[in-house]
Amino acid sequence: MKENKKTYWKGLEQLTNDPEFIKNADKEFPDYLPINQNTDGSASRRDFLKMMGFSIAAASLAACEAPIRKAIPYVNKPVDINPSIPNYYATTFASGGDYASIVVKTREGRPIKIEGNTLSPITKGGVNAIVEASVLTLYDKQRLAGPYINGERTDWSTLDNEVSSKLRSAGNVKIVTNTILSPSTEKAITALVESTGAEVITYDPISQYGILKANETFFGQSVLPTYHFDKANVIVSFGADFLGTWISPIEFAKQYSQGRKISKDRPEMSRHFQFESNLSLTGANADYRTPIKASQSGLAVLALYNFVARKAGASAAGSTNIDIPHLEKAANELWASRGKSIVVSGSNDPNVQVVINAINDLLGNTGQTINLSKPSYFRKGDDAKMNQFVADLSAGRVGGVIFYNCNPVYDHPKGEEIAASISKAKVSVSTNETMNETASLVQFVAPDHHYLESWNDFNPRKGEYSLSQPVISKLFDTRQAQESFLKWAGNEKGYYEFIQDGWKAEMFENQTEIAGFQDFWDQALYNGVYAVAEEVEEESISGGQGLSGAASAISNQYKAQSEGTELVIYQKIGIGNGTFANNPWLQELSDPITKATWDNYLTVSQKWASENNLRMSEGSTKMAQITVGGKTLTLPVLVQPGQAEGTVGLALGYGRTKAGKVGNGVGVNAYSLLDISKGFVNYDITEGVSIEITADSYRIAQTQTHQTFMDREYVIQEATLPEYKENPSAGRYHPEIYTDGKFVKPSKISLWKGHHYSQHHWGLAIDMNSCIGCSACSVACQVENNVAVVGKQEVLNRREMAWIRIDRYYSSAEGASSAKELEIAADNPQVTFQPMMCQHCNNAPCETVCPVAATTHSSEGLNQMTYNRCIGTRYCANNCPYKVRRFNWFKYHDNKDFSAVNVAQNDDLGKMVLNPDVTVRARGVIEKCSMCVQRIQAGKLTAKRERRKIKDGEINVACAVACPTDAIVFGDMNDPDSKITNMLKIEENTTSATKEVNEERAYHVIEYLNVSPNVWYFTKIRNKDKSEA
Amino acid sequence: MQVTSSVREPLITGGKTLKDVTHDISRQVEGKPSLAWLLAFLVSVGVLLLGFLALAATLWEGIGMWGLNKTVGWAWDITNFVWWVGIGHAGTLISAVLLLFRQKWRMAINRAAEAMTIFAVICAAMFPVIHMGRPWLGFYWALPLPNTFGSLWVNFNSPLLWDVFAISTYFSVSLVFWYIGLIPDFATIRDRATGLRKTIYGALSFGWDGAAKTWMRYESVALILAGLATPLVLSVHTIVSFDFATSVIPGWHTTIFPPYFVAGAIFSGFAMVLTLMIVTRKVFHLEDYITIGHIELMNIVIIITGSIVGIAYITEFFMAWYSGVAAEQYAFINRMFGPYWWAYWSMMTCNVISPQLFWFKKIRTSIVATFLLSLVVNIGMWFERFVIIVTSLHRDFLPSSWVMFYPTISDVGVYLFTFGLFFTLFFLFAKFFPVINMFEVKSIVKSSSVKIKK
Repeated sequence: MKENKKTYWKGLEQLTNDPEFIKNADKEFPDYLPINQNTDGSASRRDFLKMMGFSIAAASLAACEAPIRKAIPYVNKPVDINPSIPNYYATTFASGGDYASIVVKTREGRPIKIEGNTLSPITKGGVNAIVEASVLTLYDKQRLAGPYINGERTDWSTLDNEVSSKLRSAGNVKIVTNTILSPSTEKAITALVESTGAEVITYDPISQYGILKANETFFGQSVLPTYHFDKANVIVSFGADFLGTWISPIEFAKQYSQGRKISKDRPEMSRHFQFESNLSLTGANADYRTPIKASQSGLAVLALYNFVARKAGASAAGSTNIDIPHLEKAANELWASRGKSIVVSGSNDPNVQVVINAINDLLGNTGQTINLSKPSYFRKGDDAKMNQFVADLSAGRVGGVIFYNCNPVYDHPKGEEIAASISKAKVSVSTNETMNETASLVQFVAPDHHYLESWNDFNPRKGEYSLSQPVISKLFDTRQAQESFLKWAGNEKGYYEFIQDGWKAEMFENQTEIAGFQDFWDQALYNGVYAVAEEVEEESISGGQGLSGAASAISNQYKAQSEGTELVIYQKIGIGNGTFANNPWLQELSDPITKATWDNYLTVSQKWASENNLRMSEGSTKMAQITVGGKTLTLPVLVQPGQAEGTVGLALGYGRTKAGKVGNGVGVNAYSLLDISKGFVNYDITEGVSIEITADSYRIAQTQTHQTFMDREYVIQEATLPEYKENPSAGRYHPEIYTDGKFVKPSKISLWKGHHYSQHHWGLAIDMNSCIGCSACSVACQVENNVAVVGKQEVLNRREMAWIRIDRYYSSAEGASSAKELEIAADNPQVTFQPMMCQHCNNAPCETVCPVAATTHSSEGLNQMTYNRCIGTRYCANNCPYKVRRFNWFKYHDNKDFSAVNVAQNDDLGKMVLNPDVTVRARGVIEKCSMCVQRIQAGKLTAKRERRKIKDGEINVACAVACPTDAIVFGDMNDPDSKITNMLKIEENTTSATKEVNEERAYHVIEYLNVSPNVWYFTKIRNKDKSEA
Repeated sequence: MQVTSSVREPLITGGKTLKDVTHDISRQVEGKPSLAWLLAFLVSVGVLLLGFLALAATLWEGIGMWGLNKTVGWAWDITNFVWWVGIGHAGTLISAVLLLFRQKWRMAINRAAEAMTIFAVICAAMFPVIHMGRPWLGFYWALPLPNTFGSLWVNFNSPLLWDVFAISTYFSVSLVFWYIGLIPDFATIRDRATGLRKTIYGALSFGWDGAAKTWMRYESVALILAGLATPLVLSVHTIVSFDFATSVIPGWHTTIFPPYFVAGAIFSGFAMVLTLMIVTRKVFHLEDYITIGHIELMNIVIIITGSIVGIAYITEFFMAWYSGVAAEQYAFINRMFGPYWWAYWSMMTCNVISPQLFWFKKIRTSIVATFLLSLVVNIGMWFERFVIIVTSLHRDFLPSSWVMFYPTISDVGVYLFTFGLFFTLFFLFAKFFPVINMFEVKSIVKSSSVKIKK
């Protein structure tokens, strides 16, 4: 560029070189402009700009949403944690002897959902309500945040020093525990035993001591057998609730369902007889159920033996002058299915169990459906030893006691005595996770990890092992109890290494498939389960000892006729033995039979109710006082059809005093009523029971208060097996509508043009024959979909939020025809369970009435709910024929009124369990089953990313995954190869919403309305000779 | 002006002159409030404030304050809504339909009846808003407004949306009709007034000058609005009945609903007009304007509509039986003999049996009997809506979901609030507005050639 030679002056002053100008020539701004920090302290222009800038920034920041508190970003992202991508880890749930192999879903490091581990040969991917709900206990603020000495927080080293030294000097140390399934834990305890000379006392709140003792007598082995309900064509159960609460219900439900699946090609199913006092979940599924008094139960078993013995040509045992309906029929059918039948009893009386063994032996079931060569270890409790311990403790003969994750003060019949005597021991230690009834009385509390924070191994059955791994770092300053034991025994090794050492020595060395231990360990950990290669040891176990003694004892102790009231103590599906009473999901779980939440109660027969002028309506009832051997409890009464006359039922697990804010004071504690005078814990109290109804009113929070299905064929369609064999569509109700001169199916007439689904058409098929009503689906849905817990008062107000519920219907009394008569359940009713959720109607009545189009139909057949758009007119809920829509009557999250019950949406820790893929609903909007649309979406995205079609089964809804009996099948009805298409026998390949279904059993609930649901039900088939009420 | 036979009973008694009319009616507006008025007004405001507590609690805490539940999603809220809308119908019927039919007896009562309509519709319109879970959004999301939510429109299939149109149209037409009718009378008051009152009524009268041309325009507007309002008498409650009739719930899904609802609305509306008129004529000494003749005529309307409603009830039963649909049949058996039998039989007694008493001239010309029966009819009509809504919902298809509905204190409180609102507005109207249409009544003071009897 050419140099510019011209000179430009800024002004005349420059030209004239004015001295005044020269002085200021190098300054950009004149002095009088406030450009620099003013010396006089007044605000400069810069200050002004700074301040203005700051104000604007501050104002705009403040206008944004409040910053998220306590969010901690990853500085270095862990390799295997991707935001929004879940990780799954196999681990094991074990509480005492209750066992399930599980897979835990974690999101951003938080465990949020539990599903069954399909690799497990025991639970086979099944779970139950308690297992599903246990993830919330991880985030329970009642868990102790660190060790305590005499109620004061302390640190671990102080505790270790004191405990180790005191234990050694205490003399006569007892370690009290529930059943321990873990071999490594046993080894760790053994280490402590060796160093302190302690003795291990095992007891179980729900004892199976009777079976252990009987098997010792009869077979010479004090173990539980492995039961095979799947191999049994005839199942006879005397009060054993094997589908709900007995020993290993998940496993048994899975097995049982195999015998209940029925199709045109295989029109066979097992026949199930149940003889019981309370109407149990198992009894509700029985084909023939006979209510008997508890005092008769021993004789009933003996009578069955005698019937079978007569057939077998064996001699009768004892005298059994008793007439029990269906018993002889059961015997005949058992005999016809020798080796393919099973007889079980829920009694804890060893004598009864001996006779049960004898029956199974006569039938050749031992070794077939009852396998003692592969014993199970679910219950190891020794009632006699525990009684002795209580006696020793109160006599001051126990120097030191360690309660390993057990709570005998609450759940042992002599809990009060234990509570009063703990202080007599010089040193008392508890490893409980919470300051429960027992832990609050001991000197040292060394809280254990939650099982989701722990390493452990389990051996539930001979040859079957499973592993437990932490899925989250410990939340509190807790320490694994086994590590504590090792430490107190002077072994400084971590428990993880301790387990590995054991596995290296015992498992790894005895296998040849995997070369390196690390690979072996990783594989076992990945699978969650490990089976030891079966040694061929088909030792035929036979027995036959002690029958005559047992028979005569039964003849003496049981009565064919008794006048007095009898109390039969049982467990509920949700609360179980009470360990998880502080879990609101379980408290609010509607009991499958009584449909009651948040309470235990006396279940009484309809006859007793009418004698006492009691009529329940909307859960309102009277209080009663029950007195057993001088102990009196006041509790509400619930009229239970099917309850044996002269008996009342009462559930354990309630009446906790130190469970936490959720569980405290809910119901009454029935453990204190148990009878241990015969040397075993007797759950059937047949003598000295008196009940007096009081004038006090009470309301039990039931989610369903109408008992019968009013003979509505469009709701429940059922048939008997012989009818089904004759006609596969037996029991089906085919509504027809007259139009254009002929009768047609309702689906042929519609105002609508009908949807077309060019891609997927999601649907559910629900087999009412397989559904046992266990309600695992209900909890699974609650966890998956962040369904709020609303508390007892709101359940009383009939506002529970469950997206999937189990409708339980009793049959009406025989001959009932008028509306009033149909409302009354039969005295011993047939029971039908019907899972009910949004039916995702193709002609959805809810969609047309929403004024703001907040609920709409998806292009894949789903009925969608747009929470953001909902204004809450509730018109959709009113117009829903299935009444599955739920309204947010209040703000359930972040609301102090609900913080006591809805911990998963109120408590800062509890919120960790929320599924981040599902919105927590606001006040004033409707919600309902979305068919787990978040799972469908995730599955579709995965397939899309991998550029492939969706494989059938890769997407599954939470309820179907949880179902231990595979009663719920989810799938794409447009996919000709999907399971649901085959189940329903959808013939033509059509994209139309109305699918022609050729399966005779499949029906729509309320078909005649032609709302065209995408949920199909399969008729309930009962294996009865003829239909009866 | 049509010719009126001299044998007809005069519509205004007491030998009123035109001046008397102006004076009798304007003095209520001009004079100091009477003690009776003050007391009644204070009670109304008291009820309003009391009810407001319940309303505030509902708005603050949520609809959970009411007794609704998972199965019964509507109860008192929509019962009250339909009840208030129904009451409103009488005013429109009297002022519009009877105007078109040239029924001159309406002139003494149409002003108050129309006011009642407007206040009843205000009370009614409150419920669709407050019964929403999220009224703060719903009140405008329910309108078809252009928006930025990806141009998200309302669902034109939904009867609730039709309700929005029906009620808002009804309210606006009624308000305009009523106000235009008020203008000449405001002008009369303005002309008699001085000071501030003159300014206020001057503004309210929109510069009415009473010129022949003005009157001519007035007459045409009144006729047009009457023509517009007439179909509304039929359409509004027809659309309200669609909320139920288009649903699938047994007991709701009934094609008879539109005429049945309209008849019921007129039935309850006339009863409410009677209740109010009987009190007003007493308090304001208007016996000469609102005569026994009016009362008797309205009672006859009540017999007719009450009988229509009764036939509708019976027809519903017949249809349920004839349909052969089990759920439908059960719904009606449940109404009669189910847990809410008392509501059903209250409805039957109040709505079907009690109006039949008006066949006796002695009863239909008795002030006391009419007053009591008008209350009974209104109670009965409330129960009718309760029966339709709650007893149909509480036991529908799946017995597992059958429940009972128990109202809470908030349910009662919100209902009270609307009473407080209605009467507060009505008393304000009665005090500050001419309760009788002066200029129209003047046209019938001397409609016959008979000499005025003193």
